[in-house]
Amino acid sequence: MIKRVGVIGAGVMGAGIAAHVANAGVPVVLLDIVPGAAARAVETMLKADPAPFMHRRNARLVEPGDLETDIAKLADCDWIVEAIIERPDAKRALYARLEDVRKTGSIVSSNTSTIPLAALTGGMGARFAGDFLITHFFNPPRYMRLLELVAGPATRPEAVASIRDFADRALGKTVIDCADTPGFIANRIGALWIGAALRHAVDLSLTVEEADAVAGRPFGVPSTGIFGLMDLVGIDLAPHVAKSLLLTLPPDDAYRDVYRDEPIVARLIAEGRTGRKAKGGFYSVRRNGVDREKVTLDLANGEYRPSRKPALDSLDAHATDLRALADHPDRGGRYARAVLLDTLGYAASLVPAIAGTVDAVDTAMRLGYAWKWGPFELIDRVGAAWLAKALREAGRPVPPLLERVGEGRFYRVEGGRLQAFAPDGEYHDVIRPEGVVLLEDIKRAKQPIARNASASLWDIGDGVACLEFHSKSNSLDPDVMAMVGRAVAMGTKGAFRALVIYNEGKNFSVGANLGLALFAANIAAWGEIESLIEAGQKAYRALRAAPFPVVGAPSGMALGGGCEILLHCSAVQAHAETYVGLVEVGVGLIPAWGGCATMLARFAADKKTPKGPMPPVARAFEMIGTAQVAKSAAEAQDLGLLRATDGITANRDRLFADAKARALALVDGYAPPEPATLHLPGPAGRAALAMAVQGFVGSGRATPHDVVVSDRLAETLTGGGADAIDETPLEQVYDLERRAFMALLKQPATLARIEHMLETGKPLRN
Amino acid sequence: MPSYQAPLRDMQFALYEMSDTAALRALPGCEDLTPDAIDPVLEAAGTFCAEVLFPLNRSGDEEGCRFENGVVRTPKGFPEAYRAFCEGGWTALGCDPDYGGQGLPNSIGVLVQEMICSSNLSFGMYPGLGHGAYAALSKHGTQDLRDRYLPKLVSGEWAGTMCLTEPQCGTDLGLIRTRAEPAGDGSYRITGTKIFISGGEHDLTDNILHLVLAKLPDALSGTRGISLFLVPKFLPTDEGRPGARNAVACGAIEHKMGIKASSTCVMNFDGAQGWLVGEPHRGLAAMFTMMNEARLGVAIQGLGLAEVSYQNAVAYARERLQGRALGGARNAGPADPILVHPDVRRMLLTMRAMAEGCRVLGVWTALQQDIATRHPDPARRQEADDFVALLTPIVKALFTDMGWESTATGMQVLGGHGYIREWGMEQYVRDARITQIYEGTNGIQALDLVGRKMSVHAGRYLRRFFHPLSDWLEAHADDAPLAEFVQPLAKAFGRLQQVTADLARRGLADPTEAAAGATDYLRLFGLVALAWVWARAAEVSRPLAEGDAFYRAKLATARFYMQKILPQTGALTSSILAGGASLRQFEDAAF
Repeated sequence: MIKRVGVIGAGVMGAGIAAHVANAGVPVVLLDIVPGAAARAVETMLKADPAPFMHRRNARLVEPGDLETDIAKLADCDWIVEAIIERPDAKRALYARLEDVRKTGSIVSSNTSTIPLAALTGGMGARFAGDFLITHFFNPPRYMRLLELVAGPATRPEAVASIRDFADRALGKTVIDCADTPGFIANRIGALWIGAALRHAVDLSLTVEEADAVAGRPFGVPSTGIFGLMDLVGIDLAPHVAKSLLLTLPPDDAYRDVYRDEPIVARLIAEGRTGRKAKGGFYSVRRNGVDREKVTLDLANGEYRPSRKPALDSLDAHATDLRALADHPDRGGRYARAVLLDTLGYAASLVPAIAGTVDAVDTAMRLGYAWKWGPFELIDRVGAAWLAKALREAGRPVPPLLERVGEGRFYRVEGGRLQAFAPDGEYHDVIRPEGVVLLEDIKRAKQPIARNASASLWDIGDGVACLEFHSKSNSLDPDVMAMVGRAVAMGTKGAFRALVIYNEGKNFSVGANLGLALFAANIAAWGEIESLIEAGQKAYRALRAAPFPVVGAPSGMALGGGCEILLHCSAVQAHAETYVGLVEVGVGLIPAWGGCATMLARFAADKKTPKGPMPPVARAFEMIGTAQVAKSAAEAQDLGLLRATDGITANRDRLFADAKARALALVDGYAPPEPATLHLPGPAGRAALAMAVQGFVGSGRATPHDVVVSDRLAETLTGGGADAIDETPLEQVYDLERRAFMALLKQPATLARIEHMLETGKPLRN
Repeated sequence: MPSYQAPLRDMQFALYEMSDTAALRALPGCEDLTPDAIDPVLEAAGTFCAEVLFPLNRSGDEEGCRFENGVVRTPKGFPEAYRAFCEGGWTALGCDPDYGGQGLPNSIGVLVQEMICSSNLSFGMYPGLGHGAYAALSKHGTQDLRDRYLPKLVSGEWAGTMCLTEPQCGTDLGLIRTRAEPAGDGSYRITGTKIFISGGEHDLTDNILHLVLAKLPDALSGTRGISLFLVPKFLPTDEGRPGARNAVACGAIEHKMGIKASSTCVMNFDGAQGWLVGEPHRGLAAMFTMMNEARLGVAIQGLGLAEVSYQNAVAYARERLQGRALGGARNAGPADPILVHPDVRRMLLTMRAMAEGCRVLGVWTALQQDIATRHPDPARRQEADDFVALLTPIVKALFTDMGWESTATGMQVLGGHGYIREWGMEQYVRDARITQIYEGTNGIQALDLVGRKMSVHAGRYLRRFFHPLSDWLEAHADDAPLAEFVQPLAKAFGRLQQVTADLARRGLADPTEAAAGATDYLRLFGLVALAWVWARAAEVSRPLAEGDAFYRAKLATARFYMQKILPQTGALTSSILAGGASLRQFEDAAF
């Protein structure tokens, strides 16, 4: 059991790892060789965005110290993570000191990204070698789900199992076993990809924007592409990684042919233009008084020029078809082909040398570099035979694994199971870690028990059903509402005992389909819109009143209507990385699928809320009126958007199983909650809130339309014409929500906000 | 022999009683545009058109243009009429006062245009194209180009053309092959062949300014690689007189169904000197900024022809004695006028309802254009621009389809006399036919509507029509005397909303579905727009109808429209909702 952790080195990685251990609720000692550095790192992290801590209070679990004076604090640590400078001699010197301090059975790991394990354990003795392994985190440690794990021949299996389990269940990492080879998996392939993307962009005279557009989305790579990525991680980082790899890679490694010292990179580093942290790299912003102009580096002369959209025939025609793109004769096509051949050919040549399975490589690239598809998935997209032929035509060697798969694919579904092609020439089932259940696996093996264009209902065994959204961005539309209604009806008839609302999209749901709503509003289809609101209220309230337990299991964003459905669930089992909030005011609306009503009821029942009709209203008004979004499940509990009784799962892949277990635990003796009644303050309360809003107007924090929206929100939350003496049925708040929503939707300022949000992704402050 | 009299009373109704004249007068430069100021312009235009242009319509059609030795001769009387047209200041009507124009808004301009199109469409082509060149240059030309050429276009001394089409490229301008090479002195050398160039060559002016779409050497493929150039027939001297002949020449003229007095030329550019207008590679965008105005202009052509055909059909139906009214004799003579027959009345009322409705819709659109270009508040400009963007394809296709249908109906009223040349009715049919084809075929207009105008900004353009109509219906929901107009409009609007949502939804999943319903949708939209026009016309006319035959006729026409034309929306709705499967599934080989 890992009950206490030590981290040595309070740089970006070490501090981030310490913070994330604290996120798991485990105390952690953070030491640095520079006196005071660890304490400063904690302070810095409390101000950082994105935040390394899931909750500010987690910082209290981090005990900072100085290596020289506080090394003894590591004595009772079960796991000590070393994250110091990437020099084997320095690391070994530290390990030697640790041997005097650490307790028997404790485990030591290095966060090295490039140094082979053998070079670290050499001369360290048997005890150390048995307790030592490499745990390679990705930056930022809280958010990047990949953990590369390298065990040595002498490492105790129990030590490996213990770290694997802790990283998986407590830290939420997907642990990938790697061979002890330079750069392990992700950086090995990633560095070559970066080298290739850079070199070919220069050689083929692509603009920075063109290169990023070609090497970005069509490859399933984040739209930052290659230059945007270098700006993001720091341009000065690349030569370090390269240098280290060149030192350790085999003499005939393809990386040596691809990598080239680019004068433009050297120049940027020399001039301090190292990317976003330095306010400029390949992309920058030129300021002229108050005017800001986006500018881009001209790779030919190192000067900035106004940014412009890439214009390439190849990209216009084949933005979503990588193979057709790589077959196009223009420079965009030739670039795609060059990067593709280098990267995929390299990846195919590395299995089984760096990892036993192709799915391990794909997972590492997806989670470590945020690629949408791993290299072997990409090969399946373009065709293994096509790639082999293209390599041959270019006079390049075809990796044996690629030869072997021939006309076939690296992945197939056989008997409802996902299988991957292995170096032995056979297909083997892709194995999930013990206890991990994925909806995607269930979907391969089964037909849904109900389905429409936007949502499906699956039998996930043990009498539990799963309601899955699969509309665009999992947005909520009439079909989703219909499926919610269908699920309640089927469950009520006994088709299942419990329901889990879960999906494996990037986001649980970002709320109503704004595009659809705006279009309907633009054609004045008021009747249809009001029907949709009513249908949503009806469906959500039916969930709440259902005679069986309903467990919401969100991960990623659960905003607006996506948050409201959770508010109507019997319980929530949330992924730790859940971002939840009622954000409707950002688009000039208020929550109308019960968000106002349920929050009122929740705050009224909360013991932390002072007595009287006004305090719950004030809390709801503040939260909804300022569109507060919790940046983690822990924060959501603080805000009241999740209850203290709601569960949190660290590992995304374990969320589904946890949610199902939670649902089953609720089955026995389940009774839906009683309908709530409230004492609401009515017009007097509305007036009080209006005065508060006027204060914000005075200080310039509220815009004219904020006032309009706030007033409608205030009217709804205070119960309209309610009187604090009387009990107001919650149902009345639902009606007020709906009316306020419809009134706001007819306002041009609201429509302008929605349009702006749809087209820019940012709120309009009008 | 046909006759024409400008429908001044109805134009006044459209402009003063049906349009927001307060909004017009709120625009900079329009403050003084009271009826007292506008009426004399309309009257003078009506007189000029009836007395100078109309008499040349038939002879121009018979004579046509002649092409001899690279020179085009317009029909007899055209050069003199053109001179008179310029001297009357009609080319300068809507132009910038800084360059000698009169600065009148387009909402008045469209009425004058209608009169010109009614009286002599072929003639109207020449100044119309000059105005197009004016608009392109004034918006996108450099200061030097503007100073050099705009005064000549405003005065009408020099004419203009739009050189877009090539043998291999009509609708799909991405296929353009005409090349432009930098000459090194800031000008370009243009080489290529353009076809279907209206007014490409003629004898009305000393010089002709061609606006030519061509590709620069580094151009991308497709429409993003197109640039716009100005290529004068004669290179102007520093004194502004036509100088050396440029390397552009007319190779032939086309022989056509109608508008025979308008020359339609093959133009050969052989290294002709030209100047870039607007930015490199942005030529199509520059062209498109004039497209709304040009398309409304073509719409007005359809309206003009429908109007003149209606006037002559009515005159004939009053005078032609033939047979007896079914309900018994109406006069003592041997036969009754054919006006008594229900089917003749149906034809005439259909023509009337469509023409008068379109007139209001045309002024309405033009007024929004004026607001979009002149209003000081950017938000108001944006709203108006949205409206214009939405209505332009509708107006272009609706008016020109209506022009074709109405001129054919007008011919039908005259029976055999409509089919022979003497009565002039068949010329209107022939002249009208091209308006459905050029400036973007009506099929393309429908695609523009459903593929672009409907969907951009999640339907924001639609809002500019749907919201005011929805509000108007709400405001008049309980207006009992108006119910006979409000209710059918509300029903048709409901259909339009339903079909719009349906097409948008299906089109998102499969663009061919939206395309399959496009033409029906455009027509449905147009009919609803006209229904709103007629409902408002009824609202305005009802209190005034008692003592005034004009308003009584308005009320009666509105009633006819609601009862006899608007129900077509039901059939169109059914057709659209049926989807595109029957179009897709038919085997290509079986055609």
